[in-house]
Amino acid sequence: MNFYRDIDKYKDNIAVITDRKERLTYKELLSDSDVLMNNLEKRTVLFLVCRNCIESICAYIGALRNGIVPVMINEEMNRELFYNLYNIYKPAYLYGPENWNNLEQSNPERIGKYREFVMYRTGFKERHKLNDKLALLLTTSGSTGSPKLVRQSYVNIVSNARAISEYLELNEGERPITTLPMNYTYGLSIINSHLLVGAAILLTDYTLLNREFWNFFKEEGATSFGGVPYTYEILKKLRFFRMELPSLKTMTQAGGKLSPELHKEFARYAEENNKRFVVMYGQTEATARMAYLPWNKSIEKCGSMGIAIPGGKLWLRDEEGNAVTESDVIGELIYEGENVTLGYAETAEDLEKDDERGGVLETGDMAKCDSDGYFYIVGRKKRFLKIFGNRVNLDEAERMIKEEFTELDCACAGLDDKLYVFVTIQEDRTIQAVKRFLAQKTGLNPTAFSVKAIDKLPKNEAGKTLYKNLEMFYD
Amino acid sequence: MTNLEKYNKAFETGLELTEEMINSELEYQKIESWDSVGHMSLIAELEEAFGIMMDTDDIIDFSSYTKGMEILKKYGVEL
Repeated sequence: MNFYRDIDKYKDNIAVITDRKERLTYKELLSDSDVLMNNLEKRTVLFLVCRNCIESICAYIGALRNGIVPVMINEEMNRELFYNLYNIYKPAYLYGPENWNNLEQSNPERIGKYREFVMYRTGFKERHKLNDKLALLLTTSGSTGSPKLVRQSYVNIVSNARAISEYLELNEGERPITTLPMNYTYGLSIINSHLLVGAAILLTDYTLLNREFWNFFKEEGATSFGGVPYTYEILKKLRFFRMELPSLKTMTQAGGKLSPELHKEFARYAEENNKRFVVMYGQTEATARMAYLPWNKSIEKCGSMGIAIPGGKLWLRDEEGNAVTESDVIGELIYEGENVTLGYAETAEDLEKDDERGGVLETGDMAKCDSDGYFYIVGRKKRFLKIFGNRVNLDEAERMIKEEFTELDCACAGLDDKLYVFVTIQEDRTIQAVKRFLAQKTGLNPTAFSVKAIDKLPKNEAGKTLYKNLEMFYD
Repeated sequence: MTNLEKYNKAFETGLELTEEMINSELEYQKIESWDSVGHMSLIAELEEAFGIMMDTDDIIDFSSYTKGMEILKKYGVEL
């Protein structure tokens, strides 16, 4: 049920290698993980600050093995959002790097230290009941200030890790290098699926734009990495196609739709260089992955998100709620499988809730299916964008701006990874302030946002914004 | 526009900075907007402003305002 109790069998295999040349075997990793959780009360909530390092990975595994439920916190999380979550979920423990800048206000009691991280007991005395199935809590990749968490079960995690290791044909010879944060479901799924098979993970927080990243990649012979669409744009710009990377076997892509042109370029590169390029599809609500495009179909089915992962089922639902049976007809994409998570939590009391989805997820994505059974995303039912792999809810962004800038009316809309904010104010100072506000709140680079002044927002008689009419103002 | 003005302008546009914020202390990952996204838009601005195409190594080594000046020399851009 809980595979982290099962991976002791890989004993002397190397489990993790860091860019500082530290190495831990499975035996050492699991022993450190258990020691870290030794004196912690079971079935409590732990806020775990994530960095791609031994400290974070040990705490994550230790928590899963010992019945403690971690909330995965991005190290760079905006302070206000952090305290919002902290005060809503009132964790019993907090674990993070020494001197982490969000610690000072909470003033917790130090109870242990592991390498450069410290374990604290918080001042919260309440112990809310946790559902027995609950293993892990993740923020939806969104960053618009919502305290909503996705409730993942032990079964969800193992089921999805198994499916991924099966379709990617992973074995213990793999050496994935981290390119994504581990609080992000895609990054975490790479860790889960590789530890399941006894492989060694190359841990680094350096980015593709650091020389250290590529040195580490080559020295340790990375065999795979994952990337969001933006990662692939950077790679192209970095003249990736000319780099000598003989150890690299597999590149995976998820976290938003890759443009068909880039998809084709990377698929071709992979084919010509004896590598695999695998486009995938998923959501935090389905633990991580729901679909993948087999590498050998990457060129033939370019632009497709693929087929359901092993053990899962995908189908399309029309507006009347019936299954679409014809090919190339659009419907809402529905996924069924063991990796569909239990549901959301918005309060501490919600952590006691049982499974609310029963293995069925309405993805909110509109898709069609070709006559060979391959799916293609065509749009979204709900209003959100995926910017640099981060989900941004347009209605929430709109609400946040209106709360902060009460003097103006605004509408948020957008395409792919560009968010447009239309404001009814001409002053350049305010326009810049709105942009800075969004960048700061979401933690995303300001280039993602374009703020445009407009005399009046297009609205219907009922006062609802007509977002379609704003499209003509897009660049 | 002089080359230096073009250089500064590329930082302003690429990293969304105001003129007063441009100084020789600027470094990759030291200010919020100079992250990987900002880096790529800065490189794009510079390539356009000077009509050059930078190599992988130079894009990666472009880690600060002053380091960038050295790198541009290789492409015949004197600042």
